[in-house]
Amino acid sequence: MSDDLFELVLTGLTETLYMAGVSTVVALLIGLPLGVTLVVTEKGNILESVKIHQALGTIVNIFRSFPSIILIVILLPLSRFLIGTTLGATAAIVPLSIGSAPFFARIIENCLKEVAFGKIEAALAMGASPFTIISQVLIPEALPSLVRGITIAIIMVIGFTAVAGAIGGGGLGSLAIRFGYMRYRDDIMLVTVVILVILVQGIQWGGDFIAKYIERKRYKFE
Amino acid sequence: MIKIKNLKKTYYTPHSSIEAVSDINLKIEKGDIFGIIGFSGAGKSTLIRCLNRLEEPDSGEILIGEKNISSMDDKQLRQARRKIGMIFQQFNLFDSKTVFENVAFPLKIAGFRSDQIESRVREILQLVDLSDKIKAYPLQLSGGQKQRVGIARALANDPDVLLSDEATSALDPQTTYSILELLKNINKKLGLTIILITHELDVLNSICNHMAVIEKGKIVETGTVEKFFSNPESTTARRFIHILQDFQKKRIFQGGEGI
Repeated sequence: MSDDLFELVLTGLTETLYMAGVSTVVALLIGLPLGVTLVVTEKGNILESVKIHQALGTIVNIFRSFPSIILIVILLPLSRFLIGTTLGATAAIVPLSIGSAPFFARIIENCLKEVAFGKIEAALAMGASPFTIISQVLIPEALPSLVRGITIAIIMVIGFTAVAGAIGGGGLGSLAIRFGYMRYRDDIMLVTVVILVILVQGIQWGGDFIAKYIERKRYKFE
Repeated sequence: MIKIKNLKKTYYTPHSSIEAVSDINLKIEKGDIFGIIGFSGAGKSTLIRCLNRLEEPDSGEILIGEKNISSMDDKQLRQARRKIGMIFQQFNLFDSKTVFENVAFPLKIAGFRSDQIESRVREILQLVDLSDKIKAYPLQLSGGQKQRVGIARALANDPDVLLSDEATSALDPQTTYSILELLKNINKKLGLTIILITHELDVLNSICNHMAVIEKGKIVETGTVEKFFSNPESTTARRFIHILQDFQKKRIFQGGEGI
């Protein structure tokens, strides 16, 4: 063990958490409205619009068909435009957010589709507006499933940050490549991998805990 | 008074079209309990769902009181729907909300103050005999209790009419009976017009005053419920009565009294 290990890993972990955290928030801010729109514009749904549905679906599919490393490279000019550089954790947030947003959108779309349409019809029959239905019925009814889906998406974002790290984004992925692989620092490789495993486990556990808490509240017998 | 004039609704599939309902003309008096009976696929559900335009009719007129439902734009329709209660076979309660929040939902939409909502929800839950379940979630309730919440939710905003889409079809006979008793009491107490569709003769027999028989999307018989049982004219009505009689005959022979 060398004395630089702790400092390197701490910086890497901080950067990974920063990239994954901000990217998740931004991706959620883009993905949630996108996912909701995909559901409500579907044929027979409350704001049916086949054109919008197909257009959005195609855009999402295009983004999702790029291999992640290519997508990041393609989006780097956007980082340069917005952040002023293509290097470092902050610059990586731009491609990470935009790259994960379509994934968030599809996951959210799937969760919302699980809500029985009868509940939506009940709200329609009461005279609820589309906005009320989305915010008061659709999202709350799908909440446990949304939490589980978003957990999967966050874990995907962490994997994504490692890819971004490999091409200049910083974080634990970058550390593993630059030190663990290129400089044969097995100690750093090992610690990085262990931290990533713990991180992913922790997030999965946290997501499951929240989802179960919501479900238990709704199922509990007095 | 509810009037339906020349109502028509066709479903289109890529290769054909199905006339779900056509030439429907009905008049339903205020305060009546009106039953629409028919076999599966006859168009009952389409008909009742056209009344609040959950299904968009192709043509025809729907008048509820003075309001012409069929000619309304989206905003007017939302306003009108607040005065049309509806209950469903699958209850369609919101699992994410407590009984209180479920019943409060239509009141919130209608823009009531929270103290008004509070007292109205308590009042209506008392009416359906569920005051002790006010904090429970729907998943914690039995089928009959769920439908009571459904009824409370439909009645919360004091509607002009209650539409019942097979509301008792998912319930056992005893629960069905208690829900029907409840609907009957509400009809008496509030003078509420109830339109229900069903394929159960018992439902028709125990609470309806007037009925219409629907067959292949058309109304083939209307009148009082007594007439339906004593002098059925349409094929569907006769088939319903025959099924009932056949069933009763078999029961008599089984018991030995018929020999």
